[in-house]
Amino acid sequence: MKLIVIDSERCVGCQSCMFACARRHHEAGLAKSCISVHSSGGMERGFNLVVCRACDDPPCPKVCPTGALRRARRGGVRLDLEKCHGCGNCRSTCLLKAIFWNSEINKPMICSHCGYCAKFCPHGVIAALKEEEKLEYAL
Amino acid sequence: MLCDESLSTVLHIDLSKKSFRTEKRPELFEKYLGGAGVAIQLLHENCPKDCDPLGPENPIILAVGPLTALFPLGSKTVAMFKSPHTGNLGESHCGGRSAVALRMAGYGGIVIEGVSETPIYVAVHGNKVYFRDASSIWGLGGIVTGQILREAEAGTGFRTIMRIGPAGEKLVSYACVTTETYRHFGRLGLGAVFGSKKLKSVVISGQQSLQVTDQKLYREIYEEIYENAVTSPLMKKYHDLGTAENILPLNELGGLPTRNLQEARLAQAADISGEYFAEHYLGRRLACSHCPVGCIHIAALREPDPVKPYFYKTSMISYDYEPMYALGSMLGGSDAKGLMRLMDRVEALGLDAMSTGVILAWATEAQERGNISEKETLGLALGWGNYHAYLKAVRFIVEQPNHFYRALAQGVDRASSLYGGRDFALAMGGNEMPGYHTGPASHLGVLIGARHSHLDNAGYSVDQKILAKNLVSPQELAEALLMEEHWRQILSSLVVCFFARDIYKKDVVARALQLSGFSLDPEELIGIGKEIHREKYRFKEREGFSLGQLRIPKRILETPTLVEGWDENYLIKVMESVKEIMSS
Repeated sequence: MKLIVIDSERCVGCQSCMFACARRHHEAGLAKSCISVHSSGGMERGFNLVVCRACDDPPCPKVCPTGALRRARRGGVRLDLEKCHGCGNCRSTCLLKAIFWNSEINKPMICSHCGYCAKFCPHGVIAALKEEEKLEYAL
Repeated sequence: MLCDESLSTVLHIDLSKKSFRTEKRPELFEKYLGGAGVAIQLLHENCPKDCDPLGPENPIILAVGPLTALFPLGSKTVAMFKSPHTGNLGESHCGGRSAVALRMAGYGGIVIEGVSETPIYVAVHGNKVYFRDASSIWGLGGIVTGQILREAEAGTGFRTIMRIGPAGEKLVSYACVTTETYRHFGRLGLGAVFGSKKLKSVVISGQQSLQVTDQKLYREIYEEIYENAVTSPLMKKYHDLGTAENILPLNELGGLPTRNLQEARLAQAADISGEYFAEHYLGRRLACSHCPVGCIHIAALREPDPVKPYFYKTSMISYDYEPMYALGSMLGGSDAKGLMRLMDRVEALGLDAMSTGVILAWATEAQERGNISEKETLGLALGWGNYHAYLKAVRFIVEQPNHFYRALAQGVDRASSLYGGRDFALAMGGNEMPGYHTGPASHLGVLIGARHSHLDNAGYSVDQKILAKNLVSPQELAEALLMEEHWRQILSSLVVCFFARDIYKKDVVARALQLSGFSLDPEELIGIGKEIHREKYRFKEREGFSLGQLRIPKRILETPTLVEGWDENYLIKVMESVKEIMSS
């Protein structure tokens, strides 16, 4: 499974995906969400979707001093919480700002590409792609 | 027992002392849920009897509820204050990101007291409160103020930016507070209360966790409500054409107030309809936080520069039924572009679009009949549909260059008491009418309504579904209106959007509330609704409200509706019945 952003121009900014991600982490509210939606400088200009885009060659594991982050098979990264010291290098290096932070344990929170949020996107902005699937998405 | 303690936290902000404190009020939220139920209690506690609505004693209360940030469409914040427009209870609801941001910042309510000597804005980021100088943005329009504060403050995506425009600063009694560019605490003058406190804006952000009693059950009930919200035909009209869908059906029924309600049909209604706007101008749709419906419709108006060749400006303008009625049909307007320009200007000035339209409509008729002349209007000929003149008039209303515009800035009741034309001054309880002339129930809903606004009122559907077939007795109508009114107190205490009222039925509400630690059956909920309603009336009566003293504008009796056979006497009898039921 891989989460992809099909077209952020379709986004109405309802943030249902953010709440879904928190529920997936057995939480209510927004503290534990690994996806965020904010306006591109005012709602009239549309929205930015901030979420891990599963880079083919992700920079975050390269700056992890403890080897806690490794590239996942289909893109994206897996975090080994036990190895992580919470240095925050990964967060600084992510151009997408897609590494969120759990301030309770002082460690990163990163989208696991489970696809749960996509079930709650009412307008087809994001989708969960199965391994064999290919989907046309906006560049 | 509240499951999430943060709901019961009330933040008190004192603008005079530039200080703040929090207090825990679990007893208040356990008894009255949140939103309107809690806000009216906080108003009783903090608003002294007979206080000046524009004085430092008038508090601004903001409240959310147990469903906020937990369930879809739990997207509204309730504001309560003493209204500078009516001198009585002010209640206004707003969506945008306001409700989720307030709850995620860790509060169930905020009370803002006092007055600042110089322009100020307040930023609440979680448990931190900052008082910041606003002298450099005082005087700016609501849209530009938003642009500036977006850059200045943290919390993008997790915040609300409530602000006023020049109308609030100049104390126009029906100035609004705008959030997220397009949503409003529209009615009853919260903007003027902000202005009187020299409060330009309140920014709130946060992203905390919330506790629920049972995670598994939470997910189950959430999915059921979400599914209903996105698939139910009941929500269709809100996401497809938006509330603007109402223009054509109401016009067909003869319920669309036109030319100051001299008529109830506009011949060219198709040119300002939701269908026309969608086809020619709809540029984007937006949603409030945690609402998958996305009813906010934004028109893209592309206009060439009048002088420079190949130079265009594109404005993104929010449209909804009520501003289209008030600034469109009510003004006899059928030019969509003119209507959009006026809606855009009203937005930037920070005026309530509904009151503004009704006031301009009265002024147009008053000029036609000779109550006023171009001497009063400062040279403007306010003919029906003359948007050129209306665009200038709204500026004058805010700037108030003479006695006449100072009167217009205080509403149609005030203006008509000075210049005549009471019979066609369309305000009830001091507030300008909403866009439904369907029959007696819609007008009565406004007259008896607990918050003098349009959304608390199920009257227009009672007119269409019941009274159009059979005019029931005054007693029966009073009971029907009150029953709906009581339930709406619950919806506005949870707080869910009234557009979702068919999704949040009594049993669904009872089950959703379990997750926050409430165990209430539907009957108990209705009991709480009744009590909240009574508490609002207690405030209203304290401030001089009396059902027997309400002015009924003659015009609503003169223009026929689809309901036949009612007159002033019928309206009075219904109000007497309401009084009787409430005192028993």
